[in-house]
Amino acid sequence: MKLTIQVNEGPYQHQSADTAYHFAKAALEKGHEIFRIFFYHDGVNNGTRLTTPPQDDRNIVRRWSELAEAHNIDMVLCVAAAQRRGIVDDGEAERNGKDATNIAPGFRISGLGQLVEGGIESDRLIVFGD
Amino acid sequence: MAMLHLVNKSPYDTGNLNTASGIMKEGDRLLLIEDGVYGAMKNGKAASLLNGLKVSVLGPDLAARGISQDKLADGIDVIDYAGFVDLVEANDKTQSWL
Repeated sequence: MKLTIQVNEGPYQHQSADTAYHFAKAALEKGHEIFRIFFYHDGVNNGTRLTTPPQDDRNIVRRWSELAEAHNIDMVLCVAAAQRRGIVDDGEAERNGKDATNIAPGFRISGLGQLVEGGIESDRLIVFGD
Repeated sequence: MAMLHLVNKSPYDTGNLNTASGIMKEGDRLLLIEDGVYGAMKNGKAASLLNGLKVSVLGPDLAARGISQDKLADGIDVIDYAGFVDLVEANDKTQSWL
């Protein structure tokens, strides 16, 4: 089965960021393919590399980056949601005149068309949020 | 065209379980996750919402809230994340009642 996963909530804010991760991990362990993970609304906060959770807590952002690297998953942050919340890659820094970037490894910034394409190309679209 | 309905909120907090259970069709399945697992409790006032439905509940979310399985309404299937994936595969569509 080919899956697209949508995440609407940020890390350490709502359980859905954790649920989505555990679901994705279980799906990969069962041999399914994840076509894309699309982070929308506050979900884009899953993609900042500047987070520093306590050492005895889970590192939600790093966990996503490691999952993406291990399984070659396309992880997309919604551009309009990212601009509002200050999640920046090189292209956005250039375009909007920002003096820094903070996007975490394995993430990229793109538009809602990526979510629509995920829905079309996948067997299932599953949404996690509040 | 069976559908998997996901409810992640307590029925004592929002009306999502009420709405989802009212709209479910024969063959559909309900999966209670996150705070939605409170809806699975046998002695809760919301337990009657589950009558006649196929219901699963996510075990790790029960454990995180200290709910033991003997507190659950009859006929509820307790699953893990692998079982969650299987339900998504077994149903044609997934609807999250957010």
